[in-house]
Amino acid sequence: MKPFLRTMGAIVWKDLAAEWRSREMISGMLVFALLVVFIFNFALELSPATRSSVTAGVLWVTFAFAGTLGLNRSMAAEKDRGCLDGLLLAPVDRTALYFGKMLSNLVFMLAVAVIVMPVYSVLYTVNLMQPGLWAVVALGSLGYVSVGTLLASMAVQARTRDILLPILLFPVLIPLLVAAVKASSGFLQAIPMEEIWPWLNLMIVYDVVFISTAFMVFEAVVEE
Amino acid sequence: MIEVRRLVKRFGLKTVLRGVDFHVEQGEFVALLGPNGAGKTTFLRILASLARPTLGEVRINGYLLPQQAAAVRQRLGVVSHLPLLYGDLTAEENLRFYGRLYGLDGLDGRVSELLARVGLAERRRDLVRTFSRGMQQRLAIGRALIHQPDVLLLDEPHTGLDQDACEMLDTILRDVAAQGQTVVMTSHDLARAEDLATRFDVLSRGVIVASAAAQALPPEGLLSFYRQALRAPAQKGAA
Amino acid sequence: MDAKPKLLSVLDVVTGVLMAAATLAVFFYAPTERVMGAVQKVFYFHVAAGWVGMLGFLAALAAGVAYLRTHDAKWDIIGLAGVEIGMAFMLINIVTGSIWARPIWGAWWTWDPRLTTATIMELAYAAYLMLRQGIEEPDRRARFGAVYAIVAFISVPMTFLSIRIFRTIHPVVIGNGGDVPGAEGGFSMTPKMTQVFMFSLITWSVLFVDIFWHRIRLGKLANRVEQLKLKLGGRTA
Repeated sequence: MKPFLRTMGAIVWKDLAAEWRSREMISGMLVFALLVVFIFNFALELSPATRSSVTAGVLWVTFAFAGTLGLNRSMAAEKDRGCLDGLLLAPVDRTALYFGKMLSNLVFMLAVAVIVMPVYSVLYTVNLMQPGLWAVVALGSLGYVSVGTLLASMAVQARTRDILLPILLFPVLIPLLVAAVKASSGFLQAIPMEEIWPWLNLMIVYDVVFISTAFMVFEAVVEE
Repeated sequence: MIEVRRLVKRFGLKTVLRGVDFHVEQGEFVALLGPNGAGKTTFLRILASLARPTLGEVRINGYLLPQQAAAVRQRLGVVSHLPLLYGDLTAEENLRFYGRLYGLDGLDGRVSELLARVGLAERRRDLVRTFSRGMQQRLAIGRALIHQPDVLLLDEPHTGLDQDACEMLDTILRDVAAQGQTVVMTSHDLARAEDLATRFDVLSRGVIVASAAAQALPPEGLLSFYRQALRAPAQKGAA
Repeated sequence: MDAKPKLLSVLDVVTGVLMAAATLAVFFYAPTERVMGAVQKVFYFHVAAGWVGMLGFLAALAAGVAYLRTHDAKWDIIGLAGVEIGMAFMLINIVTGSIWARPIWGAWWTWDPRLTTATIMELAYAAYLMLRQGIEEPDRRARFGAVYAIVAFISVPMTFLSIRIFRTIHPVVIGNGGDVPGAEGGFSMTPKMTQVFMFSLITWSVLFVDIFWHRIRLGKLANRVEQLKLKLGGRTA
């Protein structure tokens, strides 16, 4: 267990250090996310009346789009100077590589959410700073990066890598996104908890199922 | 020590390696020569545990690939024609990161020593993406040596380097060989290979067609040996 | 392997006869439903096509798992065959669903959980084909295909569930109101209808086996052609 955690830690430290230097990924995701919010503002005319019902949808579409940008960048960094081979040459558990990458992708997703949600709150005077909503963001992001890291590791190894990731990812993400949107809007509209629970449960099941699946198949994705 | 017996590698229906026999003693410096598409890189990737043999037996230091890959990886350093380095990390951080993957502790001394050895002590805190191709390649060698491997594999290490960078690389490689490490290097550059290696093997169309120790080369040198080796199988085919 | 197996020829004939019989049964044996009329007859083949589609995707899942365990190229051929057949039949399922929906609900498309899930599945497996297309190296293509076939299939029940919970909380606007799961233009089957329904399920399952067999054989033959081409290329070079 110790070498496993050590490898994971090394990967996360490396990703965070590299991102701290360049700030390319987070700033890219962030600017993109804010642009999407602004586009939605005009596309949907986010007036006070419609706002409360569509806020959750706008937020999750924004996260899902910005997320693919981050995932592509994060895995391309491993591929471009052959670093993926460098990782595979080391005597480490392949699954530890997956969990390391997944964890740093999760940090990037949450970092974007932490900035976008307060900005959204200010822009539209809705209060997004609710613990329940943050729980949804955490569960949703976890599920997103668990599938996303797995599929992005395949997409970067394909010829058509840039367009491939969203096409592979979104059909599989639908249950998670539906649940995340409904749970978020449940908290925003102060719907009783017993109507929100089915969504939270679905997200928990999704997270568990896909983390275990990735755990079992990741080696086949990186090992020749 | 490397032992390869009747190694076959297929990609789908295409056979790239068709029965390679290859044997390297501890401390030998073998240059693996051959035309493009002969299967050199594939062969090296199999030795490096990055690709699976289709048939045949591959042992490094007595450990079988791919079954005992973890044990092999612990004793193996690889330099590919890509640097395998992170552009957004400094030279020092790159070495430290890879050191941690190999489970090493107290890396400060080791990292400083390696950076000095590859001539990058001055640039230790600079980002790798600001490095020239030659400096990246030197750091890549440092990366490959971080865990003091017994066996070092190099895939076309001179590709894309200018004269000075090549000289510097050769100095480092001689230094490595002098320490008794086993080295296998693929190369296009016959002059450099002749300078460095103690043995020359020629890989053509997926088999080793000739092998000679440095002392056993014909007086005309490596080039004539290499040409002859490549001609041999063609003549056999025509007959 | 080169000659067509006798059993396959027999199966071709059996499939043809069964399909003809099932078609006749649907039109002449099964009674016309009282409320919906003739259009309800699409139901027999609609469900059977969906069933076969699922069988195809399930076969791809099983082949994916088998490939990752054995790295045997034959499982890749089988997996691809499963996906292609699954997609073709799921498309039949969606189109017949639309034909049924139009007169009953007054719209070609409804966001019914089953219909929506079927369409999302089509998209997921279209992604599978695009993934394969983007990779030249056969072993890697097989590995990635296997992984994606597994991931895509696992998401299906959750997709269905999410849409179903979605719909129970939001009442349906289109069509006949209250969405009790399973009540898509609800009707109760008479014994004759049940007989025809079971018969078409069996018939289409046989059809699946027949086409699946043909597709796997085609895959193997295609491989053989590639092999011969390589041999020829090697000689002229």
